Amino acid sequence: MRLQLSPELEAFREEMRTFFTTEVPREIRDTVAARRHLSKDGYVQAQRILNAAGLAVPHWPVEWGGKDWTPLQRHIWREEMQLACVPEPLAFNASMIGPVIATFGNQEQKERFLPATANLDIWWCQGFSEPDAGSDLASLRTTAVRDGDDWVVNGQKTWTTLGQHADWIFCLVRTDPTAEKKQRGISLLVFPMDSPGVTLRPIELIDGSHEVNEVFFEDVRVPAENLIGEENRGWDYAKFLLGNERVGIARVGSTKRLLAQAKQHAREITVDGRPLAEDPRMAARIAEVENELLALELTALRVVANSADGKPHPASSVLKLRGSELQQAATELVVDIAGPLSVASFADGGSDVPDWARVATPEYLNYRKVSIYGGSNEVQRTIIAGTILGL
Amino acid sequence: MDFTFDSEQHDLREALRGLLERAYGDSEQRRRVVANDPGYDEKTWSRLAEMGLLGLPFTEEHGGMGAGPIEVAIVAEEIGRVLAPEPFVEAVVLAGGLVAAVGTDAQKSELLSGIAEGSTLPAVAHAEPGTRWSPSAAAVTAAQDGGSWTLTGVKEPVLNGARADVLVVSAVVESGTALFVVRGDADGLTRTGYRTHDGGRAAHVRFDGTPAELLGESTGDRTAEVERVLAEARIAYAHEAIGSMDTALRTTAEYLKTRKQFGVTLNRFQALTFRAADMYVSLELARSTALWASMVSDAGGDVVTAADRARLQTSRAGRHIGKEAIQLHGGIGVTAEYTVGHHTSRLTALDHLLGDGDWALARLAEGVDGHETVDPLGVPYTR
Repeated sequence: MRLQLSPELEAFREEMRTFFTTEVPREIRDTVAARRHLSKDGYVQAQRILNAAGLAVPHWPVEWGGKDWTPLQRHIWREEMQLACVPEPLAFNASMIGPVIATFGNQEQKERFLPATANLDIWWCQGFSEPDAGSDLASLRTTAVRDGDDWVVNGQKTWTTLGQHADWIFCLVRTDPTAEKKQRGISLLVFPMDSPGVTLRPIELIDGSHEVNEVFFEDVRVPAENLIGEENRGWDYAKFLLGNERVGIARVGSTKRLLAQAKQHAREITVDGRPLAEDPRMAARIAEVENELLALELTALRVVANSADGKPHPASSVLKLRGSELQQAATELVVDIAGPLSVASFADGGSDVPDWARVATPEYLNYRKVSIYGGSNEVQRTIIAGTILGL
Repeated sequence: MDFTFDSEQHDLREALRGLLERAYGDSEQRRRVVANDPGYDEKTWSRLAEMGLLGLPFTEEHGGMGAGPIEVAIVAEEIGRVLAPEPFVEAVVLAGGLVAAVGTDAQKSELLSGIAEGSTLPAVAHAEPGTRWSPSAAAVTAAQDGGSWTLTGVKEPVLNGARADVLVVSAVVESGTALFVVRGDADGLTRTGYRTHDGGRAAHVRFDGTPAELLGESTGDRTAEVERVLAEARIAYAHEAIGSMDTALRTTAEYLKTRKQFGVTLNRFQALTFRAADMYVSLELARSTALWASMVSDAGGDVVTAADRARLQTSRAGRHIGKEAIQLHGGIGVTAEYTVGHHTSRLTALDHLLGDGDWALARLAEGVDGHETVDPLGVPYTR
């Protein structure tokens, strides 16, 4: 038991902090800090800067740009990135399909995709959920039927985040409809979004944003070489992919940054001539979220410090559940601090409402998603009850 | 940064767990022990002394083991796991801690070695009726006549106050709050003991011109030292609560797997298993915070704030888990012959002895604007 970081890790943390706050352009970090949506160019520019410095995919195998860091180093890397308001490497690339190809792909696929994936030369999107396959993902119905050297894909995906920017999609498809267990007949295919027969339809969200899409496939021909891993083993790869980033999903650094902003906003709003920050109830509310966040961060540290043997610490399932709740608590706090200003979401020039108050409610509404995606919190409770408590 | 216990710490835990399992593995034994004064088992107390645990954090020159807050945390957690009624935190961390913090060398030699040997049971007389969780004294005053001191006023509740061989008493002096030692057989000392709801013992203690010995040499204000030792005790209590919550959750999960209603075991009802999952979340978040607070103490960081943070987290978790453990059991959870309700009772006591969650939150809220973010690995938690 020891609290302090070793001098080496202390230096590592400083190195990360310096890099993120000096090498990533101010306007990109300002946009993230302002909680505004980043343009495609912003994501690409930031990831290429990280990749050039070897900091985009440190968790990948070394031969494909990984760093062979300890879980604790990866944790520090991620936390410092979030605290500096640096957009994280695109999750679909860096955390999802990249590690799957690196682990299960063949040599040709690795060479073809991994460097371009790390550098965001290919923007990937995720073809997992379907209208009737949400938390029950294995019920997916999109099919791929073998025809000569091609797979022919038909069906529909949904919740495809940032699909409008995507060059390629990685897609779970049913290749054996006769398999005894529905998990057994699924394969993982990758193909370009501009393939004939692919149609993308935006879904507008309650915050007015265009973040997710429906994707339709009509006789899309995918060369057989675009199958990742083995046929009908797609479910294993999906589980690997989804389990890969349990730790990062706590998003402690990002919530910390938002909470620090909330404190600042509470000083700017006055109630009967006194700063809202001095209201004991508001101060207590902020302090309680802050303490919950500390408890989460410490749990994340416990998990990373104890998972060196590759097996996730049991407490890791707490991270997604509580991490999402605290992200939501922080966005809710900002809306409450904004008070009546929180309705001015789409104010433009000529409004005196500060920008943070304009984005507050859309973000709060948008963040309802975080307890739903990546395995809903009810799925997390099922995991805890089943695998940890044995219920 | 390392959240793992070393092999000696593992051994300590295993040895103590074995001892306590023999003493209280059967919860009926605990019920028998707490039914009679002094509310704990003198033989188990002697065994803890033989293992060196009653002198765990004291220096070797004063009869101790020279161990740190992590070892104290391990012992407290094991105590909590079986609800051992032996007053480890009260005697060693709190009373011993005050003596170690302000006592003269002679006082430390005498009192700390007595505590470590198990021959002297100390009690801290600090709480006063009608006040809560202050580090200073208000109702008991100290008067000096030449070189000798007398105390006047009432302290209550004083844990183990009737059984104690010596009392460590806080009292008002000109400079603020000073600490005194009062012998159990002192003149003008009236102690009225009673049971507490969690099976412990407390007392109403009246000082009526009672002769007392100043703890330490200076008559300066000791509020800061009291605050620091209270913080150490809050952290130790946090670990005791973790041990208790852990057992309450395990017991509840086991019950859900075996108890049948409507023809199926209760774990078939998602309404129940989800609530058990939430208990696990509360427990692990509290555990992380308590472990961190012990490491802050070990590192010489801001132990007072760290203790408040652990206090808040364990208070919330203790209430959540304590209440749910009973509810998920149903009626048997409120019976005295079943264990889980006793855990809830103890957790409730631990929540109120040295400051509850809202009290800790109010203190944290006062300081919330003093930092942009909390860095658990940085200033002021590491030096």
